[in-house]
Amino acid sequence: MKTVALPVAYMPLVDAAPLIMAQEMGFAATEGIALDLVAAPSWSSVRDMLAFGRVDAAHMLSPVPVAMAMGLGGVSTRLAAVSVLSANGNVIGVGSEIEQRLRDAGHGFDFADPVGAAEALAGVSDGPLTFGVPFPFSMHVELLRYWAEATPLGEQGVEIRTVPPPLMADALASGDVDAFCVGEPWGSVAVDNAVGALLLPGQVIWNFAPEKVLAVRADWAETEPDLLGRLMRAVWQAGRWLSRPESRTTAGEILSRREYLDVSPELIDRALTGLLTVTSRGEQRQVETFVEFHRGAATFPWRSQAKWIAHRLGKTHNVVVNGTLDAPASVFRSDLHRRHLGNTGVDLPGASAKVEGAIRRATPVASARGGLTLVPDSFFDGRIFDPSEH
Amino acid sequence: MSSKLTVVVVEEDRDRALAIVDALKNATDCDVFVIGNSSALARRIAAHEPDIVLIDIDNPTRDMLEELTLASGPLERPVAMFVSGAAGGLAQMAIEAGVSAYVVDGLAPQRIKPVMDTAIARFGMVRQMRTELAETRRALEERKVIDRAKGLLIKARGIDEDTAYAMLRKTAMDQGRRVAEVAEALVTASGLLR
Repeated sequence: MKTVALPVAYMPLVDAAPLIMAQEMGFAATEGIALDLVAAPSWSSVRDMLAFGRVDAAHMLSPVPVAMAMGLGGVSTRLAAVSVLSANGNVIGVGSEIEQRLRDAGHGFDFADPVGAAEALAGVSDGPLTFGVPFPFSMHVELLRYWAEATPLGEQGVEIRTVPPPLMADALASGDVDAFCVGEPWGSVAVDNAVGALLLPGQVIWNFAPEKVLAVRADWAETEPDLLGRLMRAVWQAGRWLSRPESRTTAGEILSRREYLDVSPELIDRALTGLLTVTSRGEQRQVETFVEFHRGAATFPWRSQAKWIAHRLGKTHNVVVNGTLDAPASVFRSDLHRRHLGNTGVDLPGASAKVEGAIRRATPVASARGGLTLVPDSFFDGRIFDPSEH
Repeated sequence: MSSKLTVVVVEEDRDRALAIVDALKNATDCDVFVIGNSSALARRIAAHEPDIVLIDIDNPTRDMLEELTLASGPLERPVAMFVSGAAGGLAQMAIEAGVSAYVVDGLAPQRIKPVMDTAIARFGMVRQMRTELAETRRALEERKVIDRAKGLLIKARGIDEDTAYAMLRKTAMDQGRRVAEVAEALVTASGLLR
């Protein structure tokens, strides 16, 4: 089989691991492709490179293709989210000033209780809190808004501002932002540079939030089904490999290389093992599966996940929706996921949508091979999102 | 809106920014403001109420401009958008050249074009100069390291300069590496052994 080179854009983050590992561990080579990985300087640049054809696939924030389908933001090329690359993996943190105030008020930085943390935050601030996030269309924003809505933080008011993670320390120091929500390794970088402390992992707000997706242009998916299938299989294999605990050390070492994340492997291990250092005093907290690449059909792009995102985006940006949200939800291509992974031994769920937030404990579900267990996907406030109502 | 365009250029490098400003001023009648990278970028841009914002596509602060595309209050402006759709070819070109432009909604493409063309040409020239400079510097550094390696060989083995260079070249060929790499390794190793 002749090896085909495939240009793929990514942001240097821990959750770009399935793409990097697909190339480095030979899963791509097995499929007869070579991923030409292009590190991007910004999320806008990832989106533009994909939309305008500089690359054929990209590591992308899950709300970006949905927002584009809703006409939000400047570029309107139709994208297809063919797989979810990772679930969860974000952290919410505060700058040193708020950290000190929280400490004085007796907050223990348990890194676990979203309601307690919101109450504590609201208690120590006298006005709206400004959170820095990497991009206006991101799970970071959606988790923050959802969290604030159902806690005292919402009454206080929450402002959200885009700040590229490398500038977050400056933004905290200059008072442009009080707090932040970022993906790893940036939360740990903030802790190690003593500019802030980590308050919560993202998954305490939504247990199973689709964080990054593998995105391609919708027309490319139609014209290059063979290449797409090879890419999806290679990335799926990499995700399965990453989910094995014994892969962590190797993954951390490879990701830490200069051409990828260029940070110490120890920093990356924190996200991969879920043992995070939450304050610059060295206090550690263990999170069970901080970032998920595989378990619970993590790669499956549920239409209901996209619909939840579309519902939330529509609310925030006052998008007038005629009828249902089926159109923006259909950028999560469960159909293509089935077509390209269905006959390769991957156990896929029977349905393409679920009631988001309804799975409270690991639950076996109907699947192609009958061995699939979905993991909890509940929201912290116990609400559910029924896709058939939207 | 007055007929004069207001352009904001986001560029950290002073020389590069000045070059762009000069070129823009020569090409069209416009007011140009330069802003460096800053965590309050979106607010500082909005304060100028620009018609066009020019930013290098590789600039990591680009994501902050996305917020401008969402600001919808008439006073908050600008309602900015990426050049796409009708000006799709232009956007493609801009991306190739390493520039992206955020343009206030409703501005006629023929007014944007000269500004874009100028900026693209200027960004391209600066980049080319940088690449040339980097190449020259690299070549110089390599020659220096090869000279040092030759010197070490001459001293250690009592051979002449041509023989020393031939040794380096043969080793490089045998190992499938570049002469400069072999020289570098030799210099590093001898530093350790000293």
